[in-house]
Amino acid sequence: MLGLSRSRTAVSRRCRLLHCRYVHSENNERATVLDNVLSTFRSICGEDGMSLGEAIREQHGKDESVHRCRPPDVVVFPRCVEEVSALAKVCHKHRLPIISFGTGTGLEGGVGAVNGGVCFSLRNMDQILDLHQEDFDVTVEPGVTRKLLNSYLRDTGLWFPVDPGADASLCGMAATSASGTNAVRYGTMRENVMNLEVVLADGTIIHTAGKGRRPRKTSAGYNLTNLFVGSEGTLGVITKTTLRLYGIPEAMVSAVCSFPSVQAAVDSTVQILQAGIPIARIEFLDDVMIDACNRFSGLSYPVTPTLFLEFHGSEQSVEEQVSSAADITQSNGGADFQWAQDVETRNRLWKARHDAWYAAQALRPGCKAYSTDVCVPLSRLPQIIVETKQDLTENKLTGPIAGHVGDGNFHCLMVVDPNDPEELHSVHLFSERLARRALAMDGTCTGEHGVGLGKRALLCEEVGPMTIQLMQGLKDTIDPNNLMNPDKILLPRKL
Amino acid sequence: MSGRVLVGVKRVIDYAVKIRVKPDNSGVVTDGVKHSMNPFCEIAVEEAVKLKEKKLIKEVVAVSCGPQQSQETIRTALAMGADRGIHVEVSGKDYEALGPLQVSKILAALAKKEEAQLVILGKQAIDDDCNQTGQMTAALLDWPQGTFASEVSLEGDKVKVVREIDGGLETIKINTPAVLTADLRLNTPRYATLPNIMKAKKKKVVNMKPADLGVDVATRLEVLRVDEPPQRQAGVKVETVEDLVGKLKETGRI
Repeated sequence: MLGLSRSRTAVSRRCRLLHCRYVHSENNERATVLDNVLSTFRSICGEDGMSLGEAIREQHGKDESVHRCRPPDVVVFPRCVEEVSALAKVCHKHRLPIISFGTGTGLEGGVGAVNGGVCFSLRNMDQILDLHQEDFDVTVEPGVTRKLLNSYLRDTGLWFPVDPGADASLCGMAATSASGTNAVRYGTMRENVMNLEVVLADGTIIHTAGKGRRPRKTSAGYNLTNLFVGSEGTLGVITKTTLRLYGIPEAMVSAVCSFPSVQAAVDSTVQILQAGIPIARIEFLDDVMIDACNRFSGLSYPVTPTLFLEFHGSEQSVEEQVSSAADITQSNGGADFQWAQDVETRNRLWKARHDAWYAAQALRPGCKAYSTDVCVPLSRLPQIIVETKQDLTENKLTGPIAGHVGDGNFHCLMVVDPNDPEELHSVHLFSERLARRALAMDGTCTGEHGVGLGKRALLCEEVGPMTIQLMQGLKDTIDPNNLMNPDKILLPRKL
Repeated sequence: MSGRVLVGVKRVIDYAVKIRVKPDNSGVVTDGVKHSMNPFCEIAVEEAVKLKEKKLIKEVVAVSCGPQQSQETIRTALAMGADRGIHVEVSGKDYEALGPLQVSKILAALAKKEEAQLVILGKQAIDDDCNQTGQMTAALLDWPQGTFASEVSLEGDKVKVVREIDGGLETIKINTPAVLTADLRLNTPRYATLPNIMKAKKKKVVNMKPADLGVDVATRLEVLRVDEPPQRQAGVKVETVEDLVGKLKETGRI
């Protein structure tokens, strides 16, 4: 493992997962450099705009993954893009790593400061700028989360539908190419980011589609916007994102249906999509997950693969959609098709899906949950789920499954005892097997969560050495000194 | 009964905005700051529209007292399902000094003019937190009041109201016409969708002045000063219990 001193490797895994230790810059060179720049940071961001406090650094060294905390040497709180640029210039001059931090809700350890460095905490840049209602676009700064944006938009009849679950920073969602339960109808961040303002490693400020531009489509030059979407902070600091908005649906209907088998549930999904039903959400929960949800929320769903569906549209349109979907599920052996339009009943029907994360953890109190994230072509979904469930049983692992079946993406919520190194190791091997299973089926090792720290080797297997070489070439060109969030996405070069 | 419900909607600074006090301490900064409908007024509108959808009442009239921009708030109410709007124009110094007493006089006059069966208001506004307008309106009209409503049901010419009170829930039955004020758990307000916002543009909004209703909006109150709450001071970490006791003695706590 990289960057670890002898004293750290001697500490048990338990401590590594549960505690985050103060990181002294063992590197005396780094300590001297830091001393020199701290006053410059203060003069850029103000007295309150910088923190060396242990608690603050720890807070900014971890996210919601199982990766241990890797705190930065210092945290800065810029208030505008000019400050971000000035800070970047200082870091560039002194070769200090730069790690961007939005809300810390990532799932792949992307904010860990592997080699220390400066964390740019962007929460004070929280303006919603330039809402254009008739054009369905808005520009936001990194401190704006998706719930804050949707609350701001509530009077306008517009919303931003990408919903990864957490109340994440929208610029952070752009950086990790986030997705969510709505992707089957509204797309992921890739389809919904129109323009980005980015600060590069040397402080240069660029606009990937040109400053202030927001045409609905363009064929002007290289698609830099989508180069930075999903770059996980390794190419630049995203300081503004222009987003595509949608009309709030007039009517929403939710439905639930049980199936005798995984195949039946997935077949229904494929047929619903082929019938052209513009389904908004189609979520799969396996029998283990349903059982967990029944216990946790006191429900009584039949313990069998289940689909949770949501339809958006006008009153007439949703009625039609529901009726067609009900016919399809019935023809695949689906039973107990229930649906509702009013908010209270809809929430009750979907309660199982909403509480899934907590229900999974409640299966083994005291344990932590880790989510896998593979995505395969739809036709391969039944096979991969069946094989994965076999793997879980054979290896005595707890892994209820929840999936965005409309995208061929599913998550095994691995519930592990963080104090048991053998179990942790077993889960680690399981997720590698699962990722390779997905790769063998023309899929990807990460549908929505990103590569971060944990999937770098799998990325090499997924895209192959030539493509990795090209990715490395781009990184070397855009960030020649490897200062932007080092050691994420791409493995460090062998020296 | 007329089957007409009057709903008061107030334009306030949006709940998500960080409030800043003006440098001269005369008030809070409102220029260029996002405003929206008071959340409790949203709940009031939703309740009125629900009653209309259940066919228990016939018409929902949204009223707002304030400057030009209050029309936006009325349009939001119309997009949620209100049928028409009344904008009582109050601007400049009069608007800065506008408070529950003047508004309740205006609402009382309108309730009589429109022959309202019910007046539904939010329990309080999130800017002044007065929680007075509903009660004053009922008093001026000499009508019964059902305040802090978490459940409302019409039963003939009476209204059953479940009220949220300190001890729990109180259920009362009052005659109509009556004034109700909405509490948080009464309902979940609907979003204004684009097609409804388009339809709302065609609904009628009538403009008038307080004088047209015979109401004098002169204020009897003077705001002396507005201050921010005191800043939280940093804490001090101590190493031992002795130090803690010493510090507590120092600051005169023990």
